[in-house]
Amino acid sequence: MPTTITLSVNGRPVTRTVESRTLLVQLLREHLGLTGTHVGCDTCQCGACVVHLNGRSVKSCAVLAVQADGAEVATIEGLAAADGTLHPMQEAFRKHHGLQCGFCTPGMVMSAIDLVRRHPTPTERQVRTELEGNLCRCTGYHNIVRAVLSGAETMRGAGDPGAAAAAD
Amino acid sequence: MYAFEYHRPTSLDEAVSLMVNAEDGALLAGGQTLIPTLKQRLAQPSDVIDLAAVPGLTGITQDGNELIVGAMTTHAEVAASDLVRATIPALAELAGQVGDAQVRNRGTLGGSIANNDPAADYPAALVALGAVIKTNRRTVAADDFFTGMFETVLDTEEVVVSVRFPKPQRAAYCKFPNPASRYAIVGVFVARNGPTVRVAVTGAGQSVFRLPELEARLAARFSPDALANVMVAADGLNDDLHASADYRAHLITVMAKRAVAAASGSPAD
Ligand SMILES: Cc1cc2nc3c(=O)[nH]c(=O)nc-3n(C[C@H](O)[C@H](O)[C@H](O)COP(=O)(O)OP(=O)(O)OC[C@H]3O[C@@H](n4cnc5c(N)ncnc54)[C@H](O)[C@@H]3O)c2cc1C
Ligand code: FES
Ligand code: FES
Repeated sequence: MPTTITLSVNGRPVTRTVESRTLLVQLLREHLGLTGTHVGCDTCQCGACVVHLNGRSVKSCAVLAVQADGAEVATIEGLAAADGTLHPMQEAFRKHHGLQCGFCTPGMVMSAIDLVRRHPTPTERQVRTELEGNLCRCTGYHNIVRAVLSGAETMRGAGDPGAAAAAD
Repeated sequence: MYAFEYHRPTSLDEAVSLMVNAEDGALLAGGQTLIPTLKQRLAQPSDVIDLAAVPGLTGITQDGNELIVGAMTTHAEVAASDLVRATIPALAELAGQVGDAQVRNRGTLGGSIANNDPAADYPAALVALGAVIKTNRRTVAADDFFTGMFETVLDTEEVVVSVRFPKPQRAAYCKFPNPASRYAIVGVFVARNGPTVRVAVTGAGQSVFRLPELEARLAARFSPDALANVMVAADGLNDDLHASADYRAHLITVMAKRAVAAASGSPAD
C-alpha cells in the first residue's frame, strides 16, 4: 500500500508517496534524482550507498523509505557549500587522490565524516577498521586512509560544515 | 522485494496484536538481516511490523549486579556505552565487532538473538554470561533460548523486550571473523564468576554451544595454560567454503586461549 512520508533531505523538507517496499536509496535516486548515492551490491556489504540518517551513517539500501519518515537524511549532494566550496573531507579526497573510478567515493566520504565526528582524532588503525563497511575496487585503500586522516585534521581545525545539524 | 503492508505500532500490545492478526507477519528491528532477506526474495511476509516506535524497547540500565539492555538497542549504542564498558567491557567489545560501523548503527540486540544466525556474535555472550531474555510474555534463560540454526524458542508473535546480563568477574570475547562479511568463523566468549566458568562458541556449529571440558579445566585454573593441549572434536562442526570442520575445531582452542588470556590479563601461548 502506498504511504505518504515527509522527511528532510539535505535540509529541505520532502514529501513523497512511496510503496512500503521502496528502499531509502530508491527514494533518493529514483524519486528525488539524487544519484550521487550509489548502489554497488545487493547484499548490503559494499557501502556505496552510505548516507546519514539522523546524523549517523547507514546503508541506504538496508533501510526502507517508510522507516525514514520524519527523519533527517544527508547525502553527498548536501556536503558542499552553496558556492561550490567542497566539504573538508571531499577536499581531502581530491587532494590526496583518494579515488580512481569514484564509484565508492560518496559512501566513503559519508562514512568518513561520521567516523571523524565520533573520533575527532582517529588513528590510522581506527580509520581502517571503521571503514570496513566500504569496499573500493580501485585504490587499494592507502590514499583513502591518507585522505580521511587529513580530512579529520581539517575538520578539527577549520570546522565541519553541517556538524551542528548532525549532532541533533 | 515482494510487496507487503508496513505498520509502525506505538505500543507493545499493538505490535503483538498486529502480528497475531497478520497472515504472515514479520517484526522489523534494525532491518540489517530482514531487509537483505526481503531484497533477495527469500521471504514474503504479508505484513512488516516495525518496532521503532514502540516505547520501552531501547536503553541500557543497571539493576544491582545486572545490566539490562533493551531489545532495540543498537550494536553501536552497546559498543559506545560507558555503563557497559564499566560493568561488562567484553560485551561492549563484542558489539563493536559486529559487522561494520553502518550495520552497527542500525542492527539491534533483539534482532540479532531472534535471528540466531549460526555465525552471529551476541548468542555467545548471552550463553557465556548466563543472560536471561525477557519477552512480552515470559523470561527464558539463554541456555534454553537458542535451539538450532536460525531457531529460537520464540513463538511467531512473541517480541523480545530486553536482555538481563549478570556482571561477571572476568570475561572476554575472541573472534576470528570472516574477512568479507565480518561474521564469526569462530567466536569464543569466556566468562568467570567465582568457581563457575562458562565457555560459549559461535560460528562453529548449527547454533551457539558450550564446551564443558574447557569449562572444567578453566574452573580448576583460570589461565590459558589450563587449555594447553586441549582438543576439540571436529565431529558435527560446520564445514564449508570458509573453513573446514577440523580448522574450526582448532580455531576454537586458539580463540578460547586468547579469550582467557584477555580476561585474566595473562599472556596466551
Ligand atoms: C554486511 C553485514 C554484516 C554483518 N555482520 C555481522 C557480524 O559480524 N556478526 C553478527 O552477529 N551479525 C552480523 N550482521 C547481522 C546484524 O548484526 C543484524 O543487525 C542482526 O542479525 C539482526 O538485527 P536487526 O536489528 O537488524 O534485525 P532485523 O533484520 O530487523 O530482524 C531480524 C530478525 O529478527 C526478528 N526480530 C527483530 N527484532 C525482534 C524482537 N525484538 N523480538 C522478536 N523478533 C525480532 C525479525 O522479525 C527478523 O526475523 C551483519 C549484517 C550485515 C548486513
Ligand atoms: S549498495 Fe552495497 S551496501 Fe548498499
Ligand atoms: S575508486 Fe573505484 S571503487 Fe573506489
